[in-house]
Amino acid sequence: MSRSTHLIVGLFGSFAVSCFALVLAPQAQLGALQPRFTEEDGKISDVYPIDQSGIALQGRRIYAREGCVYCHTQQVRDTQIGLDVARGWGARRTVARDYLFDTPPFLGSTRLGPDLSNVGATTWRNETVGGTAPVKRDARWHLLHLYDPTALVGETNHPPYRYLFSERKISGQRSVDALNLAGKSAPAAGYEVVPTPEAVALVGYLLSLDRNADLPEAKSLPAAGVSAAQPAPAAQPAAPQ
Amino acid sequence: MTAVAQETSPTTVPPIATSTATSDGPNRENEAIERALIDGSTRGPVLTFFATALLWLLLSSLLGLIASIKLHSPGFLSDFAWLTYGRVYPAYITAFTYGWCSLVGMGVAVWLMARLCRVSVRIPSLYIVGAALWNIGLLLGVVSILAGQGRPVEGMELTSESTWMMFAGFVLIGLGGVVLYRFRRQTVAYVSVWYLLGAFFWFPWVFATANVLISVSELRGVMQSVVGAWYVQSLNLWWFTSLGLAAAYFFIPKVIRRPVYSYNLASIGFWSFAFLSGLTGMVRLSGGPLPAWLVTLSISASIMMLVPIACVTANLIITMKGQYNMVYHSPTIRFVFFGAIAFSIESVLAVFSSLRSFDRIVHFTQFTSAQEQTLLYAFFTMVMFGGMYYITPRLVGCEWLSSSMISVHFWGSAYGSIFLISLMMFAGLAQGLSFIDPEANFSQILQVGQLYFPGRTLALLLISGAHVVFALHFLLMLLRIGQPGGEPTLFAPLGSEKH
Repeated sequence: MSRSTHLIVGLFGSFAVSCFALVLAPQAQLGALQPRFTEEDGKISDVYPIDQSGIALQGRRIYAREGCVYCHTQQVRDTQIGLDVARGWGARRTVARDYLFDTPPFLGSTRLGPDLSNVGATTWRNETVGGTAPVKRDARWHLLHLYDPTALVGETNHPPYRYLFSERKISGQRSVDALNLAGKSAPAAGYEVVPTPEAVALVGYLLSLDRNADLPEAKSLPAAGVSAAQPAPAAQPAAPQ
Repeated sequence: MTAVAQETSPTTVPPIATSTATSDGPNRENEAIERALIDGSTRGPVLTFFATALLWLLLSSLLGLIASIKLHSPGFLSDFAWLTYGRVYPAYITAFTYGWCSLVGMGVAVWLMARLCRVSVRIPSLYIVGAALWNIGLLLGVVSILAGQGRPVEGMELTSESTWMMFAGFVLIGLGGVVLYRFRRQTVAYVSVWYLLGAFFWFPWVFATANVLISVSELRGVMQSVVGAWYVQSLNLWWFTSLGLAAAYFFIPKVIRRPVYSYNLASIGFWSFAFLSGLTGMVRLSGGPLPAWLVTLSISASIMMLVPIACVTANLIITMKGQYNMVYHSPTIRFVFFGAIAFSIESVLAVFSSLRSFDRIVHFTQFTSAQEQTLLYAFFTMVMFGGMYYITPRLVGCEWLSSSMISVHFWGSAYGSIFLISLMMFAGLAQGLSFIDPEANFSQILQVGQLYFPGRTLALLLISGAHVVFALHFLLMLLRIGQPGGEPTLFAPLGSEKH
């Protein structure tokens, strides 16, 4: 064989090894994953995870379109690696099975904002244990936060997404969907700010995010003090100091 | 010594070097004429690559600035959906890597390939059509990203339509490269040729495989992230690093007129680089929802990467030994040597940051993006700038107009990138240490970023200014406004130094 042939064979070999180890081998393992089925009395009572549909699926497209993934991760890391669970971002680490129907999963690589894996769960906080109790982040909260983040969380570099809202003249009665705005972000008298269907869908997606369900390979951690089944700490009587 | 005689190639391999050592005057003259003919044949393609690459560099500098300003002033241009951070940032990275880095890399590669194989480019239109397809595909892709139509896989945001167009363009360019190699008149391939062949072999395979897997096949869940991470890492190492090292292995020996220190060392470095690079990708997903063995495999490969790093660093440093004063004179050497040092620093950092104990601190912080900047800017881009300073005069027939413009470009890029990278690494470390501190409030940690982000914008402004100066200088060269050909434009005359 000539030197060139050796070179080409070597180059092809390096590509084949890489492709085998980092693409084919994980696909052989992960491609076989199935949802977890819980059976009761011979009938399937629960399936996790399930495919997204309806407004959550529409909102997922807005999440992708606006590039939320460049600042927000959707992966809760193990307690040995980080404080993700302690901060209240999830009851357990997330595993490959949690993302079975996410095409693609928004794992993210940078945290310029909090992790959103479970932002739709009632227990979602953004602080370590002993910090503040969970704020009730319902649709209204998220819509207001998208329109004017500083109104809710003080100083922040979260961008305002005003183009997902429309300002219109109030004709007759004020819309029930209109945002309750005060201060400098409030519209002129006689006008109201209402979310577009895109903003509503995005919030619908966010509120659908809850990956706290137990899986055999990743169980909720009681040590974190928060789990999906328990009421939020704020609802409990204050512990003695 | 005449300018022509100065060009006796120290980069040719030993057998040729001995033959040139015994050669007499007319032979050298013939070689110089041959080189001039080969250079001339690459003029159209290489200048096309350079000029379009520079346009992308300017555009990506602008997009990068907008993205950076938004991090400390979120209200800036916030009413324009097209310019929201989540779209401008990927558009900036895409324009920079596929526009500037890939195009300038291909330009330098085509020129190097022709020179090192000692063959003229036969069909220049092949490359020009290829470059046109690449540029149009990329432009469509970047506009799609700004319009919110990009593919939501990090690092693979280009739409499938634009990737296929770019792939078609690359096939033409790659075909041209293969033809050059096939009809080479230089029997023994120089180190740079290995890296060039590697880059031109790996890129289409990785690019096509990853894009087919993502857009055609139905990969489920995290496998898409796995393919994305594999793709980005492969591009960084097999494509950009290979092209950068090919240039460094050529220009350093060439300008200081001394053969590369050791071929065996270079060979060990190349093959360990080839096989290990492809296994390091999953460190990008370290700590993520993946099977543990996958990340462990990549960490092991990253640690073993110390072998190629040591080989390349030792080889280039020993080749330079005793000739460091050249960085005061030659713009090419100053840029390329800066890049070579950055390569060694970044590679060693990459080894350390792949370790779980270090990764758990800096993962998800600005530290990783600082590393990316070190690789693609401080190493790759600086080496390519050096290459352009060497190649362009040989294509247009005149020398660079002003050594002070080169100086402004160098210091703007060098100070700017050092400032940018050290600031972001510091910010990343500080934030990472707070992330794992149970006492620290998360929102307050994020606010700490506000101390660093304005500095980042300042650094990018400095770098962008340097790019504008360089682009102007290049435009003057295209218009043939420069110093008469023959003597290269140096920072300081060579005469005063001992030889």
